[in-house]
Amino acid sequence: MWRATLLGTGLFILLGTQAGAVIAYISNEKSNTISVIDVDKLALVKTIKVGQRPRGIELTKDGKFILVAVGDDDTIQMIDTNTHEIVATLPSGPDPELFTQDPTGKILYVANENDNTVTIIDMEKRVPLGEVQVGVEPEGMGISPDGKILVNTSETTNMAHFIDTETRQIVANVLVDSRPRFAEFKRDGSELWVSSEVGGTVSVIDPVKHQVTKKITFDIAGLRKEAIQAVGISITRDGKTGFVALGPANRVAVINGATHEVQKYLLVGQRVWHMAFTPDEKLLLTTNGVSNDVSIIDVASLKVVKTIQVGELPWGVAISRQ
Amino acid sequence: MRVLSAGIILLAWTSASADAAEIRVGYLRHWEPKLALSLIQIPAANDGLAGAQLAINDNNTTGKFLNQEFSLEDRRLAEADDAAAAGIALAERDSSLVIADLPADALLKAADAGAPRGLLFFNVGAIDDRLREEDCRANVIHTAPTRSMLADGLAQYLVWKQWRRWLLIVGSHAEDRLYADALRRAAKRFGARIVQEKVFEDTGGARRTDSGVVQIQRQLPVFTQVGAAYDVLVAADENEVFAAYLPYRTWDARPVAGSAGLVPTSWDPSHDQWGAVQLQDRFVKMFSRRMSARDMQAWSAVRMIGESTSRTGSADPKVMLEFLKGPEFALAAFKGQRLTLRDWNLQLRQPILLTDGRMIVSVSPQEGFLHQVSELDTLGFDRPESKCKLK
Repeated sequence: MWRATLLGTGLFILLGTQAGAVIAYISNEKSNTISVIDVDKLALVKTIKVGQRPRGIELTKDGKFILVAVGDDDTIQMIDTNTHEIVATLPSGPDPELFTQDPTGKILYVANENDNTVTIIDMEKRVPLGEVQVGVEPEGMGISPDGKILVNTSETTNMAHFIDTETRQIVANVLVDSRPRFAEFKRDGSELWVSSEVGGTVSVIDPVKHQVTKKITFDIAGLRKEAIQAVGISITRDGKTGFVALGPANRVAVINGATHEVQKYLLVGQRVWHMAFTPDEKLLLTTNGVSNDVSIIDVASLKVVKTIQVGELPWGVAISRQ
Repeated sequence: MRVLSAGIILLAWTSASADAAEIRVGYLRHWEPKLALSLIQIPAANDGLAGAQLAINDNNTTGKFLNQEFSLEDRRLAEADDAAAAGIALAERDSSLVIADLPADALLKAADAGAPRGLLFFNVGAIDDRLREEDCRANVIHTAPTRSMLADGLAQYLVWKQWRRWLLIVGSHAEDRLYADALRRAAKRFGARIVQEKVFEDTGGARRTDSGVVQIQRQLPVFTQVGAAYDVLVAADENEVFAAYLPYRTWDARPVAGSAGLVPTSWDPSHDQWGAVQLQDRFVKMFSRRMSARDMQAWSAVRMIGESTSRTGSADPKVMLEFLKGPEFALAAFKGQRLTLRDWNLQLRQPILLTDGRMIVSVSPQEGFLHQVSELDTLGFDRPESKCKLK
């Protein structure tokens, strides 16, 4: 995710310190742990025990905490990146799965799958600020680079809801293909990409006109349409290349950011969920839910260079320079 | 409120029009209290209907963003009631979309009477293959799986498990014989062998008595003492006469499948994969009971109506049928892949869950059962063998 990526570079510049190790945190949905990978060494260095069913994972903007949604415990846990201790829990509302922070890092927006709501949390005071009613089974969460528009996708309603972060009102609803799971803006705010798991497509949406301008489809020789299920999306900072995780197709599609054509399919582990870049965008890590591993993609050569075993059913990934 | 019926196309839904378009859905059912050998498997009075009601709510959550409002009208028929007349009565109240939980013959009557009026039916109850084969209708969509789909889903797993030698025990009712036909066909297709068959006669009598299981425990081992060596006992008992008594009481220590033991189904309260927990939780919250297969079949039908209406902006049954048959339609139904419609007989393609009553043991199609179009078409009658001619 570029959010994590940005954070890494931002910190580096701000503090002007020597670059520390690049660390990846992987949430393991089944083993209730976070696997800590030293990306420079490409090795698993630690496993952190967390709450039940960890999925959505990000680092706070100051890099001090890992945020992980533990859905079966109905909360988001904050983990100190230095000590790896759980230091606080956030009032996320029931069954949190994915969440996003505003660009200042002061506000957290959480999708509550079981409640048809998005919960807004004050990160400093760790109290809920309010809720927005959205469609059935909210899941994907994206925020525009200027922080003004929050996008939530609802899995059974099949929409991307555009929410004005100031008024907390829905300003537009865009119908996409079945079971939308993830939403990602390009860094310049020109496009919003929404993946549809059951539909097996990515809708490219004009965030101003609120219209689908292009639908990216995937065609892999020898694979049935049912096996191609678009989930995680990562787009490079320059907007030139997008990566789409295709779930049980066991592949990541590489998309030309300008033409939206599929350039290549990279074979990774089984049931690939989510992805994150290293701060320098040289590597992309994918979580492979069924094969219990992480694939490392070299972004320049578009090759899978290594696989690292993690916990059971790895789901989310966040990366930063420590 | 503007009533949206046949022929009216919805206008742009982004406009802040005060009038929501209303989509009325009828629910025709033939419901009578049913007994089951197991107390916990007696169907609820709103079995099926509850699934439709939940889907109406789900559709309305979407509908509030699109200015569409869905409503459901429940028509419960007694045995003597005329299904055809009830369908026509719904049409007269602007419900041209009908969820039908009716026996096969009543469904055909209602469908034929409704055809000239443009009624579109969704069969959520009848599993008879003939409704998708020789007796198929161009205005009946099926969300209920067929006996052959259920039997194939079970057979693929038993063969994968290398339990290839089957002892088949068949009840004495007509439905049991149809299920046995489907099981024999499945055995032949996937390489299992029925080593011996027995019929369990329904001689009447109460399903439950205060004397309990004393006699059953003596009778069942003797009944299942057969000469042939077998791997698994497969039972066809759709009327709750004997199958539930089989597990743990067979002469040989063998697993039971079919109507008891490992049961193929479209849904089970224990199914929790692929986000199903969210649907299960919504259902329990609303109805204070667990979601059954019939509930799921009705939920799927009403969600298909919602999908079509939100995508096409129309509730015209003709537009809906074309959309649902087309390549753009995909139903997300918590089964790990998109569900689509077989355009040659209007059957919803779907994975078959295998449940032991507490857990989902497996989901078919099994790995390695391949198909040139969709692996879901390894379940049930496929296009080349279909006897259906849609008019």
